[in-house]
Amino acid sequence: MADAPTEKPLPEPDEASQPFWDSAERGEFMLMKCSDCGAFRLPSRQHCDRCLSTEYTWERASGRGTVRTFGIMHQRYHPGFVPDLPYNVTIVELDEGPRLPTNLVGVSNAAIRVGMPVVVDWERHSDVTLPKFRPV
Amino acid sequence: MGHRLRGAAAITGLGMTPMGRIYGKSATELAADAVRAAIADAGLKKSDIDGLLINPGITGMTGGGIGLNLQNYLGMDEMRLVNHMNAAGSTAAQMIQYATMAIDAGMATHVVCVFADNPLKEGGSSGAAYGGAARNPSRPKGMAGLTAAAGYFGANTPYALAARRHMALYGTTQDQLGTIAVGQRQWATMNPLAQMREQITLEDYHASRWIIEPLHLLDCCLVSNGAVAVIVSPPDRAASMAQPAVYIHGMGQGHPGDHNAAGSDWETETGGRLAAKTAFGMAGIGPEDIDVCELYDCYTYTVLVTLEDYGFCKKGEGGPFVEDGKLGPGGSLPTNTGGGELSGYYMWGMTPISEAIIQARGQAGERQVAKHDLVLTTGNGGSLSYHAALVLSPYPGRS
Ligand SMILES: [Zn+2]
Repeated sequence: MADAPTEKPLPEPDEASQPFWDSAERGEFMLMKCSDCGAFRLPSRQHCDRCLSTEYTWERASGRGTVRTFGIMHQRYHPGFVPDLPYNVTIVELDEGPRLPTNLVGVSNAAIRVGMPVVVDWERHSDVTLPKFRPV
Repeated sequence: MGHRLRGAAAITGLGMTPMGRIYGKSATELAADAVRAAIADAGLKKSDIDGLLINPGITGMTGGGIGLNLQNYLGMDEMRLVNHMNAAGSTAAQMIQYATMAIDAGMATHVVCVFADNPLKEGGSSGAAYGGAARNPSRPKGMAGLTAAAGYFGANTPYALAARRHMALYGTTQDQLGTIAVGQRQWATMNPLAQMREQITLEDYHASRWIIEPLHLLDCCLVSNGAVAVIVSPPDRAASMAQPAVYIHGMGQGHPGDHNAAGSDWETETGGRLAAKTAFGMAGIGPEDIDVCELYDCYTYTVLVTLEDYGFCKKGEGGPFVEDGKLGPGGSLPTNTGGGELSGYYMWGMTPISEAIIQARGQAGERQVAKHDLVLTTGNGGSLSYHAALVLSPYPGRS
């Protein structure tokens, strides 16, 4: 067994999600858009979750959305997050429809509200750029 | 005429091991203890059993959980029905449903449904049993890695997110969630099987540490080692067996599944709504006919949202509905009368089912609810993703 990690766990791009991470580095929020029904989806899934079509295009999304819901984490799970406790875990609903787990930055825990409009605020790491969000 | 499956089978045996910090037995051995107890409870012989349905708990994922080889350990051959099932916390109710359908179809006679789990290790914390993914040293692949990158860990997180949205949409309060915890603890003080039997107050609830806001420690279920087995039999045989028969009047399922699909209201509208329609429809009843509720309560919030989805109150009114303490002892809707998963024991879907059987039989002693003609029991799994329900009664569902 390896030692428990002390850094936050960063996603490792895989082949299917590579276009998302490449665009993120340029500050562009890319979604997959179904060519048949028009539904947007988060990368990377072969099939549209509305109609199961495999035809899609990459589209640049607005990077804007609202706080769907959030929690304030107090429990020590991963050592990499211990310095941040208590921190927010937030679900952002993008204006295009898809939702993603993220964290809000630039706002105190006490000021977070369901329905609050937010915009993407990219967090750059050496080989991956993460979509965090801040209040508009 | 009623639904053809109303009363198509009955629960005739219940076997339970000691539960909680019970060490020294594998999940398979715990399962065998529960199966042996259930067979004895029903007054059957092992050779009478011709069906076996198996549901592991968290150890089914983390290692050491019960598997298909339980059949071999039990030395059961000439079996007419065997399967290993998993739809998380809804599985226990589902096993009884599939057993009922198999019995009705003539494919089996006495089916034993068993759950066993032993995630607690001596000296280990309860949290360690369910927080394993957070300690994975490898980098998560692709977009799925956004979850861990956001510090979204454990089963507690999605339920906190769901509860928060309910609070924001409907004004549900921390006091209302706390009232559920206090009421269930009050029931647990009367249950010799319960792990937590010290009475708590609303002040104790508020003082308990935050896990993830809006969930305090006392909003969250226990973690338990143990096993529960249930025997399902044909109704004509059930009437003359060792225990008072508990007939299955209604069965239903509802599964919203995936969370982040656009348009899903998974946080505040669960599979319970669909399951209620099917189960109440089969039983030919409505929520107003239910005497006792045994609802899956991995969190206080799960109870509140389930009550709404079964129509005990309107959507969004669960908070005010529970606020007067009607779920507790002496209240108008006795709910989770053994303490549930919050204060009793955490055997996933078998927690509410076991207490429902005990209440329907009239064997709950000090905590027995006087009128127990119709008992609703629900199972919920994943993150409000999977749901199944049974309506149970001491009265035959067929005339
Ligand atoms: Zn489509």
